[in-house]
Amino acid sequence: MAPILQVKNLHHRYSIGTPFEHVALQDVSFSVERGEFIGVIGHTGSGKSTLMQHLNGLLKPTSGEILLDGKDIWSDKKFTRQCRFRVGLVFQYPEYQLFEETVYKDIAFGPKNMGLPTEEIDRRVREAAGFVGITDAQLEMSPFDLSGGQKRRVAIAGVIAMEPEILILDEPTAGLDPEGREEILRNIESYRRAKNATIMMVSHAMADVAKIADRLLVMNQATLAMDGKPMDVFSRSQELLDMGLDIPEITRLFLKLQEKGIPVNPVYTMQQAVAELRRIREGKSHA
Amino acid sequence: MLKDITLGQFFPGNSAIHRMDPRTKLIALIVYIVALFSAGSWLSYGLVFAFLAGTIAISKIPVKAIVRGLKPLVIILVFTGLLNLLFTPGEKVLVAFWRITITLEGVVRAVLMMARILMLISGTFLLTYTTSPIGLTDGLESLLGPLKKIHVPVHELSMMMCIALRFIPTLIEETDKIISAQKARGADFENGKLLERVKALIPILVPLFISAFRRADELATAMECRCYQGGDGRTKMKLLRYKRNDLYAFVLLVLLLVAVIFAARLGL
Repeated sequence: MAPILQVKNLHHRYSIGTPFEHVALQDVSFSVERGEFIGVIGHTGSGKSTLMQHLNGLLKPTSGEILLDGKDIWSDKKFTRQCRFRVGLVFQYPEYQLFEETVYKDIAFGPKNMGLPTEEIDRRVREAAGFVGITDAQLEMSPFDLSGGQKRRVAIAGVIAMEPEILILDEPTAGLDPEGREEILRNIESYRRAKNATIMMVSHAMADVAKIADRLLVMNQATLAMDGKPMDVFSRSQELLDMGLDIPEITRLFLKLQEKGIPVNPVYTMQQAVAELRRIREGKSHA
Repeated sequence: MLKDITLGQFFPGNSAIHRMDPRTKLIALIVYIVALFSAGSWLSYGLVFAFLAGTIAISKIPVKAIVRGLKPLVIILVFTGLLNLLFTPGEKVLVAFWRITITLEGVVRAVLMMARILMLISGTFLLTYTTSPIGLTDGLESLLGPLKKIHVPVHELSMMMCIALRFIPTLIEETDKIISAQKARGADFENGKLLERVKALIPILVPLFISAFRRADELATAMECRCYQGGDGRTKMKLLRYKRNDLYAFVLLVLLLVAVIFAARLGL
């Protein structure tokens, strides 16, 4: 099947013609298959957020193109607008965009802009609220009376309600406690399963990304530095560390073990670590 | 994008103008404006223009940046030009049809008035382009210092100004972000009737106000945590000191003012 999203030789410069001009993206190319879960990692200022804003046509590339289902998203105005609905983008700290009187109305903002009939809007709002665990009673509350984590989930529901084929989230778990983080990751996963949606998630929390992403993109200094399965990417730990990026705790521990001369294979999730340790122990007891 | 507006933005640099004491620059701006408004003849305008051009050259601010800042003034300029062109009485009539008469005096006056506005704004831009907001408020506080004697809260005022200036870029950035976020949810700010467009602003204004209040609250708490209590007994990390450059600037300014007034008096 053809990839749902293709990015070809994307370049972007900010503030052209002022002393603040700088390159934000340099020759970035990759493609995304339907249903993939992609984690995007990179240092602050590496161009992750800029890249994400290109994918739904919020920013126009300085050069290069972005194809959605094989069609350039800037080819005509109507299509650009349509892309905003087909590629849902959840910004960093999305709870700061809430503005309506009730949670219900806020979630309905996106679907309303799509021009859907009232019943369809209602269905989508309730379904989206369900994905993120917002109760019917909460739908009638003011979004400003909710807790931080709940606000964040309402904001995500506001994008999910547009039922985008690709859902992009820019650090959806930043600033939340571990329980809130888990909750949001579960919400995203359940949306993905229900709609066979494609997910791209920018994150600094390596352990989260390692656990749920099928594929990782690593941004470094405005370029795409790595693109591969989590195992392949984390096996290049030293390069990641040189870019100022973190690696999952467990990977770090296993690297230390290797340094000590213990013959372990690199791992990046807890389950793999358990399996690996078990393998070694059994190997030894048999020897 | 909103970010691209340059109104009153600081252009970091290291030219002689950048390094000059902010007080000198503030006084220079006042003297410059007085000179500009005293000017009445071609020569006197020429002198003021030469001064402006020289200062821009020394400051190394790209002319493009200044021109871009002047763009929003186009309407005022055209308006001023037209009014002066059409309603200046005079003897040498150039064009006369129906009720419109254009006189030579009108043309001259329109050109000079437009030049005056352009030079006024460019001069002001030069101050804000070459002086950091903090330098500017420090300079202002120091210049207004004598007013403390009559119980004007100079320090508080300059602190407020400093904070306001400091938060302009932050709020612009915030607005940009909110606009993008609402656009991502399909908000449409460019199309529709006037009422629809005004309504489209609500999803931007509500979050913006909320975040502005939140920021103000956080800043106030942070200041209290550091026991901030106003001007008395506060020392400064960067003391303002006049240097040789400032002396030259003052001499040049006096010369400019005298020359312009003479030229205008003599009607050259």
